[in-house]
Amino acid sequence: MRDAATASPSVGLGLKSAHTREALARGAVVDFFEVHAENFMVDGGPALRQLDQVRARWPLSLHGVGLSLGGEAPLDVAHLDRLKRLIERFEPAWFSEHLAWSSHGGRWLNDLLPLPYTADTLARVCRHVDEAQSHLGRRLLLENPSTYVQFETSTMDEAFFLCEVVRRTGCGLLLDVNNAYVSAVNHGGDARAFIEALPSAAIGEIHLAGFAEDVDAAGDRLLIDSHGAPVAEAVWALYAHALNLLGPRPTLIERDHDVPLLSVLEAEAQQARAAMQGASP
Amino acid sequence: MNTAFARALLDPWATVRGLRTWNGSDPSVRLDVYRNNVVSSLVEALADTFPVVRAVVGDAPFRALAAGHVRAHPPRSPVLAHYGSGFATWLVDAEGLAAQPWLPDLARLEFARVQAFHAAEAQALGADTLTPWLARPDALPGLVLHLHPSVQVLASAWAVVSLWAAHQGPGPTTSPPMHEAEAALVMRAGDDAVVVPVASATARWVARLCRGLPLGLAVTEAIDPVEAGDTLDLGASLGLLLRLGALTGATATTGDPDT
Repeated sequence: MRDAATASPSVGLGLKSAHTREALARGAVVDFFEVHAENFMVDGGPALRQLDQVRARWPLSLHGVGLSLGGEAPLDVAHLDRLKRLIERFEPAWFSEHLAWSSHGGRWLNDLLPLPYTADTLARVCRHVDEAQSHLGRRLLLENPSTYVQFETSTMDEAFFLCEVVRRTGCGLLLDVNNAYVSAVNHGGDARAFIEALPSAAIGEIHLAGFAEDVDAAGDRLLIDSHGAPVAEAVWALYAHALNLLGPRPTLIERDHDVPLLSVLEAEAQQARAAMQGASP
Repeated sequence: MNTAFARALLDPWATVRGLRTWNGSDPSVRLDVYRNNVVSSLVEALADTFPVVRAVVGDAPFRALAAGHVRAHPPRSPVLAHYGSGFATWLVDAEGLAAQPWLPDLARLEFARVQAFHAAEAQALGADTLTPWLARPDALPGLVLHLHPSVQVLASAWAVVSLWAAHQGPGPTTSPPMHEAEAALVMRAGDDAVVVPVASATARWVARLCRGLPLGLAVTEAIDPVEAGDTLDLGASLGLLLRLGALTGATATTGDPDT
């Protein structure tokens, strides 16, 4: 387990299948790659074999989207077992999941869905994080979500909720700066205050991504976490603020749609490295 | 809470109570973001698995068909490599496709390719591994051949193998005459999932080998007594499996050639 506050700047990219051959052939200029765990939960084939090759050259971050930690149902033990097999095979430097739910009533909904922040949901998420960490035998980094609605029943804000999960379970946090920005705009909040309220020592990784612009029924900005555009200027500025608070943290550029050339993403990763080198914690 | 929310994601007419927005705006517009994410991402997953079905029916009709399938049959697992097993059946009952009755088989072929791509690894038998068995004709019928985990066969009353092949590679495609029964063996070879046209008797024989039937029984069952002139070229079929690397082992049920 790596210390949450890794001192030297470390930047990574989400590994896209369209880039894997090029990354291996010429050696991509990154310090680590991140993959979605569920894309590799197959019995065999070229995807797993290529990931073995990538892992032989770079540390991996394993990013899960399927645990449904915020779901009402108990965790899917078969899914935990699949994660455990991937962790044993690829020995990732980090394993992360989301403060969200994605399945209900046996149906997989394939999105990171929002939950009310209440005493009940806090207890449930903590129970699930505990169970995941003990089943997998390692610490989990929990990612703050992009959300589009809030709930009347919520009794605490997201930062407080995350602080409590960290305090009760010992998990770490994956700070998605784009999600922090998107959620703040979408709910009239303050993204800087959100980041300042998080327990900084627990933040083991940072995500940066692009969003899409929309408007809500009142004509106010509604930002969509699209992973389909370069990191926005406002998110770079928020990232610089986070670095001043936290110091360098392993930082990932996420891009899942309209994926550009590998070299374009490498340049964005270098921009994150430069920001870390220029930060003054 | 989650029950109403989950239902609303797949049902555009369902509402969710208890949502709040900071500016008092109608939360249903925001709920639509989730609805769109859920359906469009799963439609995209089906589009990835069924590119030729999509090309044949057209993008917009495909997306409408896929969205219907997603709403009626959402995945049961977060591992989307296996999502779409019911899409062929969905196409059987879908409206507006009566003029293209081969679409379900085309979907089955494409789904088989994706499953082959992600199937377990296994070491292929060398060409000479079967030699000791071929010297013992009496033991051959009891031999159980183990096939590579990626091997599947598809037999269709339509020319879906040719239709699929016509959509590979760049350039314009010409549709083959569809009123011709065809069969194919699908498996992973190297990094690719290959589609190999085979005789219908060969497909029936391989299907029985996949079920673990011994060689002799698989041959007997593969020859269709109704179809006049239908024969199985066992030597050629066995040679094809060896050449493709589709055989991974052999077990005797009636005596071992080494004993």
